[in-house]
Amino acid sequence: MRSQTLNIRNYTGFASMTVVCLLILYLPLAVVAVYSFNASQSIVAWEGFSFRWYVDVFTGLESEKFKLAARNSFVIALTAATVSTMIATLAATGMTRGGRFRGRTLSFGLISLPLMVPEIVTAVATLIFFNTIGFERGLLTILLAHIAFCIPFAYLPIAARMQGIEETYEQAAQDLYATKRQAFTKILLPLMMPGIISGFLLAFIISLDDFIITNFVKGAGVETLPTAIFGAVKQGIKPNIMAISTMLLGFSIVMVTISYFVSKKDDEV
Amino acid sequence: MKHLTQCTLAVVAALALTLGATTAAQAAGKLSIYHWFEYIPQELLDKFAAQHDVEVVMDTYDSNEAMLATLKAGALGEYDVAVPGDYMVAILIQEGMLDPIADGERKNMGNIKASFASPSYDPGWKHSIPYQGGTTSFAVDTAQYSGDINTTDILFNPPAELRGKINMLDSQGEVLTMAALHLGIPQCSQDRSQLEAVNDLLQNAKQHWASFNSDTAKEVLVSGDVTVGMIYDGFGAKARSEKASLQYAFPKQGWVNWMDNVVLLKDAPNRANAILFMDFLLEPENIAAVTNYARYVDAVKGSEAFRDPDLASQPESNPPAGISGAFIETCDQATQEVYDRIWTAVKK
Amino acid sequence: MAGGATIEGSNTTATYEQARTWLLLPAWITLAVLVLTPVLLMLVYSFLTKEFRGGVIWEFSFAAYEQFFCDRGLFGDDPCSMEWTYINIFWRSIWQAGLATLLCLCIGFPTAYFIATRPERVRPMWVFLITIPYWVNLLIRTVSMRFMLREEGPVNNFLTWTHIIDEPIQMINTNFAVQVGLFYSYLPFMVLPIYAAVERYNFTLSEAAADLYATKWVILRRVLIPTVKPGVIAGCILVFVPSLGAFLAPDLLGGAKNFMIGSLIEEQFKGNAGNWPFGAAASMILLSSVLVLLMIYARSQVRPRRVHSEGA
Repeated sequence: MRSQTLNIRNYTGFASMTVVCLLILYLPLAVVAVYSFNASQSIVAWEGFSFRWYVDVFTGLESEKFKLAARNSFVIALTAATVSTMIATLAATGMTRGGRFRGRTLSFGLISLPLMVPEIVTAVATLIFFNTIGFERGLLTILLAHIAFCIPFAYLPIAARMQGIEETYEQAAQDLYATKRQAFTKILLPLMMPGIISGFLLAFIISLDDFIITNFVKGAGVETLPTAIFGAVKQGIKPNIMAISTMLLGFSIVMVTISYFVSKKDDEV
Repeated sequence: MKHLTQCTLAVVAALALTLGATTAAQAAGKLSIYHWFEYIPQELLDKFAAQHDVEVVMDTYDSNEAMLATLKAGALGEYDVAVPGDYMVAILIQEGMLDPIADGERKNMGNIKASFASPSYDPGWKHSIPYQGGTTSFAVDTAQYSGDINTTDILFNPPAELRGKINMLDSQGEVLTMAALHLGIPQCSQDRSQLEAVNDLLQNAKQHWASFNSDTAKEVLVSGDVTVGMIYDGFGAKARSEKASLQYAFPKQGWVNWMDNVVLLKDAPNRANAILFMDFLLEPENIAAVTNYARYVDAVKGSEAFRDPDLASQPESNPPAGISGAFIETCDQATQEVYDRIWTAVKK
Repeated sequence: MAGGATIEGSNTTATYEQARTWLLLPAWITLAVLVLTPVLLMLVYSFLTKEFRGGVIWEFSFAAYEQFFCDRGLFGDDPCSMEWTYINIFWRSIWQAGLATLLCLCIGFPTAYFIATRPERVRPMWVFLITIPYWVNLLIRTVSMRFMLREEGPVNNFLTWTHIIDEPIQMINTNFAVQVGLFYSYLPFMVLPIYAAVERYNFTLSEAAADLYATKWVILRRVLIPTVKPGVIAGCILVFVPSLGAFLAPDLLGGAKNFMIGSLIEEQFKGNAGNWPFGAAASMILLSSVLVLLMIYARSQVRPRRVHSEGA
């Protein structure tokens, strides 16, 4: 009995399920990484090892366009995810800490709305809307549309997290003469952090991958990576996309590793 | 955690600043192009910009229908020229979304090859000029199948060994046109027995098809997922270069011709520059640059001199003499509705 | 127990009651302007006459909804009989999305739990690891997934090599592949919300239950899962609802031989059909059915659950 209590946290099989999960997520990317070194223009038939496509990414005919598209994608995703996470954090606080109020159900419906409307409908309707009010299409229109549809993806993890946080923490803080603001920033916000990080990351990948809405609301000269990839119907998908993806992956994995060691150092100090 | 938040905010602020700072240098004029991605070399746009001192801005779309939907949703008046396919030119004309160009406005119209003198979708090139063209049929892996491939039976009445190994384009226009060619009936027929025959044909053939896939039509052939796949000629050539046993078919019943065209959109903000751009693309050297880049076929006299020599010998670009393809026709509303029902019934 | 605090005292209720409106205002404004307005526009469109090849004519018409429920034959002039085509498409999508959600839950819950029980320092790293693959474009990822599942692909090779199967299984272009496509598109959307909820879980609860001779699996079912339920539900919503309208990954893997709701609606705006009112009507039917379900859930959640609070 004693031993069971000790490893009460560990469930047999959960670790192996995690391995399965990571395999499912990463094995297709291994294929991407391998084919980024393909000597031919094919993304499915191997014809030998070459750095050709990495050279192409930096010096090829279209390299400028792809670099710009990649930059646009990240600027938009980062900004949209940040803004929508802020909006979602406030909304989640209001919804879970605001008590019972009229319109609560309606607010939840409104927040979930972007999940329910097929993207193409949002795309066409938003385009009509922007055109009607005479809003010129460009980076800003993409950004606004992305912020809106990212909100539920940021909101749901944050709200789920908050539903597990007892109000007693903040009440205790306030009993100890903390102001409401202090109770929020010093107590509640740190407790919410895993939810906020989860929400931010989900909003980020949703924005980064969006094609349909972006394709409609973008303006002249603004490409994102998805519109470049899907738009290349006249030339087909080439391994240069694989090379860009592999570099992105490599970069982010390096970042994660660095942050791991930095946090380790922080802990030791 | 806190550091993370601060870092993110700093990055966002910096990016927001760079966003605000990006304004292009001003040229005397402007030309706004609505085009496919990776379908025109940047050098050519730069050359045009330098020659006429205009700033060229380009927006891109991924399908003719997406372009139509965007224009219908209110984007007409933002662009000067677009590059729709043949049937889409006809639709845009019917919808009154193109601006007719008077005779003599374009200097280089005489450069268009005689064989392309007057296309069915825009008689006399009153609204457009030819850009790039080709054919759509299908490719077969001849290592897997040794029979006669030049027949539409391969798609609609396949021999036993090809059943379940066929990929169709996920596009109503191409599939229904091929079906009409297979049956030897006119496209957009209003005859009920003929429409029923098309419906029956597709309902029957559907069981032999493995998939509908346009986005990776080339990849499913090269990887060997399917033995037969509908494909554009240019992709057929690319597929062959990746897998030598793939052969592009020219069926005896006919194939689908296609031609992308530069059109002048209604309410173009820079009409004069759009005309200049059309003339620019009718010069052999310029259109040959497009052809070398996109690797399809152009319709301008004398461009051969500037083209890559290997393009001319491509089997995919050289249909056999004596048989011909057909452009996709635009049906009237009633027939199109029947077509939509047939297509929905195929995919329901 | 639930809602007990509401009655007990004003201080213990809603900590942010006064600030509520201000907290919700940014979300209300953003969503009302950028989402609700376009949705209302589409609601109006669904009751208008279709314009040939896209667009609408501003004349009231019920034709779009009639088309959804009423079958008039190939030529559109038969008497109306019940139309099952679209209902079947809806049913198929719901079923596929449901299975994909279940699949995500089976893999996602253990993963989320595993991450949440790692040392606090490495948890953010794990969370990043789950989302990094999604920095790569969906089309590219799906092409590679298709490669994995091919008849002579790595998965089949592995299974035959280990003698789990004798013959390669046909996986691509099947219903299974559609579910894999959906599952693969949305897996992190299940893992992260559950992680956010489990991370908060107080393991003294498990210990207390163990002291009362509950087995580990009973603890999981009776204590842990009820406590982290909000995270599980959030994950299910984030996977199920977007799956209903998704089509790209399932179509590329599953062969697109049958419409999903998403591809049916896409076809109305971006295909030859050009039938905007019908696309709008189908979206409204989808939206209202999902909305009803979510509202029922939201109503049941009026007060956060406090059943298993500390020291209970």
